[in-house]
Amino acid sequence: MTPLMHGFVWGLVIATVLVTIAVLSIWFERKFSARMQSRLGPTLVGPAGILQLVADALKMMQKEDLIPEKADSILFRLAPPFTVLFTLSVAAVIPFSENVLAADLDIGVLFMLAVGGLVVFPVWIAGWSSNNKYALLGAMRAVAQGIAYEIPLVLSAMVPVVLAQSMRFSDIISVQAETHWFVIWPLGPGLIAFVIFFICSLAEANRIPFDIPEAESELVAGVTTEYAGMRFGLLQMAEYLHTLIASAVAAAIFFGGWDGPFAPGLHWMVLKTLALFFTIFWIRWSLVRFRSDQLMALCWKYLLPLSLLLVMVAALFVHYCGVGA
Amino acid sequence: MHSVTGVDPHLDIETYDPSADLMVLNLGPQHPSTHGVFRVKLYLDGEIIIKAVPYAGYLHRGVEKLCEELTFVQIIPIVDKNDYVSPMMNEQAIAMACEAMLGIEVPPRALYLRTIFAELQRLASHLLWLGTFGMDLGGALGGGATLFMYCFRERETILGLFEEVTGCRFHYNTHAVGGNRHDITPKFSCDTKTTLEVIEKRLEEYVQIFSSNRIYRARTQGIGVLDGDLANSLGITGPLARASGVDHDLRRDAPYHIYGELDVKVFTESAGDCFARTLVRLNEMYESIRIVREIIDSVPEGPILGMKPGKSPGHIKIDASQGYSCIESPRGELGTYIIGGGKSRGASAYRLKIRSPSLHAASCIPYLFPGHTVSDAVAILGTLDPIMGEVDR
Repeated sequence: MTPLMHGFVWGLVIATVLVTIAVLSIWFERKFSARMQSRLGPTLVGPAGILQLVADALKMMQKEDLIPEKADSILFRLAPPFTVLFTLSVAAVIPFSENVLAADLDIGVLFMLAVGGLVVFPVWIAGWSSNNKYALLGAMRAVAQGIAYEIPLVLSAMVPVVLAQSMRFSDIISVQAETHWFVIWPLGPGLIAFVIFFICSLAEANRIPFDIPEAESELVAGVTTEYAGMRFGLLQMAEYLHTLIASAVAAAIFFGGWDGPFAPGLHWMVLKTLALFFTIFWIRWSLVRFRSDQLMALCWKYLLPLSLLLVMVAALFVHYCGVGA
Repeated sequence: MHSVTGVDPHLDIETYDPSADLMVLNLGPQHPSTHGVFRVKLYLDGEIIIKAVPYAGYLHRGVEKLCEELTFVQIIPIVDKNDYVSPMMNEQAIAMACEAMLGIEVPPRALYLRTIFAELQRLASHLLWLGTFGMDLGGALGGGATLFMYCFRERETILGLFEEVTGCRFHYNTHAVGGNRHDITPKFSCDTKTTLEVIEKRLEEYVQIFSSNRIYRARTQGIGVLDGDLANSLGITGPLARASGVDHDLRRDAPYHIYGELDVKVFTESAGDCFARTLVRLNEMYESIRIVREIIDSVPEGPILGMKPGKSPGHIKIDASQGYSCIESPRGELGTYIIGGGKSRGASAYRLKIRSPSLHAASCIPYLFPGHTVSDAVAILGTLDPIMGEVDR
């Protein structure tokens, strides 16, 4: 199989599986949050309400395709698919096992960060083209937050790269398999880098406590205010995909990816990803959100200097102790 | 924090920095965090509010006018819907005003019942406030909603108690001129005690959430500082004023029902910010639990409805045809002024005036919002806790 063909087939498989997991996770989150809140959650459609998401998807598709009269209709239409596209593109370089990966780029981490960062654009386009004040405020917040958190995200992702001396995901994972997972070894920089990466991923994916761009108690629904039907569905789906993929990336570069005893690599990778994904839900349904200026202060005053320091510590560690390929 | 330089509630927007690119944002009348239909017109410079103009009246139903058409018996279920979060208070206020005007003494057992209902209602009302405030801060899809569901779970148990007595969960129509309609049973006393035990235990957890969670603190401390003098000059009462250091509570300072026999502890805070208002309300919830516990077993036997001429605590008779009552509702001083001799053969009011604490609470919005962001505005509005049914009537 040529690399192109390989990439195409596996890309399709991974994208399909990820979208399915993202959709299923909506059901799971509804059940999980219901249990946290002493409710039952969906119970009526299918066993334990698992078909509720099918009903919801059908409902969304049936909805009238509304585009506000004063909106920029072309940009308004373009924004939701591009959000999903950019989010899903990141999945191309994530290795789910030694074999299950679409493209093993030698600049995998760079690709992940670069394409992931593009998601800010369709979000801004969505907010701007809606011609709605709440959407505009939400988009302004989203861009400020997305750009600010991109920097500590990149720097914290650099720590495993420095340790493994490679930007290729499979190299990072094999170094971890040979030594230890970067989250526990070398003790300190890896763990803190993971925490920063996790916080920044929450902020990038607009999850509580950083869901300020949509902050429905303040901005009604933020950038998604004017969206209805399947376009809204796509924007929501992109958010879940973003969370899922961020969990997968964190699992790969900090938790040793497919490395684990007894079971095949794919199982371990999926298990780690879902564990992180679950943690994000847990945080979401426990905390309230920050205010946008507090969010910025957290980023620029604490996360950014700390992540810079971590990269330096990691570099010194590699220089004196020597890890990596 | 942002620099709040010279907050001017009456700022003329024309004189503001002409180079600033202002945005006018209508928060409401349909907005998730206005808790009803309320509109605040915000002038934003970036995300900082420079001027806020509240507009009330979207829920005006003409209750006061309606009360002139109906008899004293008929108006009680009508005023139930004013402060729809604490209907017991509305009923008591109107019943007391009528009794004051007519010079009717309320039987002791009814006074005890009213006190118990009032304190349970205060607890329920504050629980609802706590839940919705959590939602204001955390959103309907997040940790705030979790707090909301917990608070509603507790509130449901109190509504269950009311249902046991009156048959209604919400708009009770249990108070009448001269006493109460529905008597409590020994089972009610027993259920109340178990319910309060559960609520008290769970309240500990909510206090923990507020006092130990850094995000909650960061979102509330130093936000929306209300000055004590300003509170007085705007007629703000209740938990809002007490959080600003105004040590005033009608239950202690002008006792009605049987509060005169009780030692009501009044909690004050000096900070006047959202966090202080939160603390005051949380403390009041404990105090309500304590009061109900103290009196639930000592309710005297006897009739609950009577027409004996006389005067009960809290009745303010002005002359033969005018009466006034003021009680401490969960939102502050709820006053009712009634002039008798209306159209329905003398058994209705010629004029009824309700002094609602929520209207006064909403009146401080132009003073508190400027200098804060939209996010803070939502938090401030949450702690002001205005009930729109009461603002507009």
